[in-house]
Amino acid sequence: MSTVRVLVGTRKGAFVLTADGARRQWSVEGPHFAGWEVFHMKGSPADPDRIYAAPGGGWFGQVIQRSDDGGKTWNPVGNEFRYEGDAGTHQWYDGTPHPWEFARVWHLEPTREDPDTVYAGVEDAALFRSSDGGKTWSELPGLRCHGTGAFWQPGAGGLCLHTILLDPQIEGRIYVAISAAGAFRSDDNGASWRPINRGLRSAGIPDEDAAVGHCVHRIVMHPTRPGVLFMQKHWDVMRSEDAGESWREISGNLPSDFGMTIQVHAAEPDTVYVVPIKSDSEHYPPDGRLRVYRSRTGGDEWEALTDGLPQRDCYVNVLRDAMAVDTLDACGVYFGTTGGQVYASPDAGDTWAPIVRDLPAVLSVEVQTLP
Amino acid sequence: MIRVVLPAPLCTLARIEREVALDIDGAVTQRAVIDALEAVHPELRGTIRDYATQRRRPYIRFFACEQDLSHDPPDTPLPEPVVAGVEPYLIVGAMAGG
Repeated sequence: MSTVRVLVGTRKGAFVLTADGARRQWSVEGPHFAGWEVFHMKGSPADPDRIYAAPGGGWFGQVIQRSDDGGKTWNPVGNEFRYEGDAGTHQWYDGTPHPWEFARVWHLEPTREDPDTVYAGVEDAALFRSSDGGKTWSELPGLRCHGTGAFWQPGAGGLCLHTILLDPQIEGRIYVAISAAGAFRSDDNGASWRPINRGLRSAGIPDEDAAVGHCVHRIVMHPTRPGVLFMQKHWDVMRSEDAGESWREISGNLPSDFGMTIQVHAAEPDTVYVVPIKSDSEHYPPDGRLRVYRSRTGGDEWEALTDGLPQRDCYVNVLRDAMAVDTLDACGVYFGTTGGQVYASPDAGDTWAPIVRDLPAVLSVEVQTLP
Repeated sequence: MIRVVLPAPLCTLARIEREVALDIDGAVTQRAVIDALEAVHPELRGTIRDYATQRRRPYIRFFACEQDLSHDPPDTPLPEPVVAGVEPYLIVGAMAGG
């Protein structure tokens, strides 16, 4: 029987949650890296026992940890993220030039083919790659230096590169998203980049449809149809049919189109999940009701999924990397909250139950489906 | 032999005891001590000093002989009791919430 392993990064450590394919009985291991903020951890598709984690924090900076046994034991690897060449400046909150300074790793993305090759999205926004299992890291400076970087301005959470999508069909195609700069695409393995934000409209910037300056929160794709992208923007849920060349809004009947996370069903490319949040100042669900919304039509038409989720007095948030799916026949959907709950649905969102209720605030959730 | 006391999270990271003994050739300064520490335990690189600037991280403090040395230039010689191994050089995670 298959096994599902859920990797949970929290404000004070990492946890590994494991269940068989029924996904009803769970074991909880952790905390790993106790006391450290773990923005993200992710397993290698090429070797599921290889897992990368990014513990960090205000005291001791960023470290990278690697497990080669499925999260049982960990060893620190390289943590030097040095910008290539003259780092230059981006815009600060007040519009003045501000030197590029490494702060933390937001997202780790191992490649499908090689467990030793992994990308890291960092703050201040840049993309790094390691080809030796995380021992050394090199920046792909074409992103930061393609021409708009000097105009990027941080969002409230910092100037962070938080989304990395590796196209499984088109060799060399990579998407990234940066808050608050927007989405970018490379077609040559990260050597050169260009913005892909046409169709995004953001009321919080002077030119609502500017080429850059959009606060993209997360982008997802289905691996069988990677040219179709779904985006949760600061406000607005968006869809692209053409690999980001253009976007259209699909918020439809959502109670709020503000949110942080978005996810796609593992077997149904047009089944999409979001967790609406009331507003950018009120980071909790509308009406105190925690509802996942599912669209089976690729957007525009959404249904509330509430069975097993708190429907009163709930004021948690679900952060951008805190939702994931497994690849079992009945797709499992998982998300973690800033209140420390991790919820699982073994039936594509129809019903939910908490795996754990009292973890530190959850920053990220990733899922591995093991044979 | 220089005695260095580390904050608990760094001991866990490097899998070492709270107190580390280091041999240092030449002048015993804060820079020399941390350079020697990182040479023996490379997993600590970047955790005490920022990689790019080599400056002390904001929430790290350096104490010895009941003095706060955090703001001293990195090449200032350490107090004689530290050089003699009588007193430890303390690397401290600052008191801060979070």
